[in-house]
Amino acid sequence: MNAGQAAAGDEAKTWTLIFCAWLVAAAATLGALFFGEVMQLPPCVLCWYQRIFMFPLALILPLGLFPLDRKVVRYGLALAVPGGLVAVFHLLLVAGVIPESIKPCTQGVPCSETVITWFGFLTIPLLSAVAFSTIIALLLAAHLRSCK
Amino acid sequence: MKQKTLFVIAAVCLLLGFILAALLYNAEREEQASQFTAANNAALVRMHSPALGPADAPVVIVEFLDPACETCAAFYPLVKEILAANPGRIRLVLRYAPFHQGSDQVVAALEAARKQGKFWPALEALLKAQADWAPHHRAEVDRIWKHLEGAGLNLQQLRSDMMAPEIIRVIEQDLIDAQTLKVSKTPDFFVNGQPLPRFGYEPLQDLVAQALAASKR
Repeated sequence: MNAGQAAAGDEAKTWTLIFCAWLVAAAATLGALFFGEVMQLPPCVLCWYQRIFMFPLALILPLGLFPLDRKVVRYGLALAVPGGLVAVFHLLLVAGVIPESIKPCTQGVPCSETVITWFGFLTIPLLSAVAFSTIIALLLAAHLRSCK
Repeated sequence: MKQKTLFVIAAVCLLLGFILAALLYNAEREEQASQFTAANNAALVRMHSPALGPADAPVVIVEFLDPACETCAAFYPLVKEILAANPGRIRLVLRYAPFHQGSDQVVAALEAARKQGKFWPALEALLKAQADWAPHHRAEVDRIWKHLEGAGLNLQQLRSDMMAPEIIRVIEQDLIDAQTLKVSKTPDFFVNGQPLPRFGYEPLQDLVAQALAASKR
């Protein structure tokens, strides 16, 4: 294999990683819209912050796919990392690790309330945390690949 | 080129999945809602409620109404239009859902007007003048009297009737029934015991048309 072919193969792998990250972001965006608009569950404050970081990912990542632009990893991580932190905070709040007093939700829907539990463990904040960490992992993998 | 195809297919699949899930979910919820209402039919129609139209009409519209609710006032002429378009075939039963602050007092006044046989003119006068006596979503019963003057009511009698225990009981029962039927917004309609699939004038029209068609068969 010559150098040109190797570079092309590398590009294709980076593309696939970013594409997968977009798939997760798009699925999470549509899922959040389903909870909000179809099931009409009102989002709590922390959910709104996670939406603020998730929705742009579904739009920005495809911009880096056509044509392939590795810089999109930087922009994506700038959204995915804070979003992931909010999701982890939300999980800790639901689990009761973080005490009531620093709960940021004073009105409207309490964030510590669990509205959906699937298969006995899968809650909305858990779904969000899984989505954000998957996106972070995929984008980091794409970044390491292009550093080499 | 292959990558673009992959992207487009993925995007279309995600969107189709979303639409399909939404349709399935809504169908399921509609089914549950009508089953729920069927199970709680006893709470839907009470003997004490004011009604328009023949008692043996094939189609019965039950409306939960708050006299202080703007949407109720906007819907009222539309509901009357539906009645007028099908004379003698539809009965309208009004239930009270005085969710606005102070609205229960206005309902009491309407019930007292009913004792004098002037319920519908009083209701129509109050709905028309709603902006004046219910500013900022707060019903102020002191401001309704001047709007009732034209209805030919004995207002002194009306004020003392408002305290009557049977009137208070009617309001309490209607609120309990609203809770049982999970009526949380006004106006809310049931056509022959069926809830609206979604809120709006057209869904109400459609449901009434369906019920009329079913009664002719």
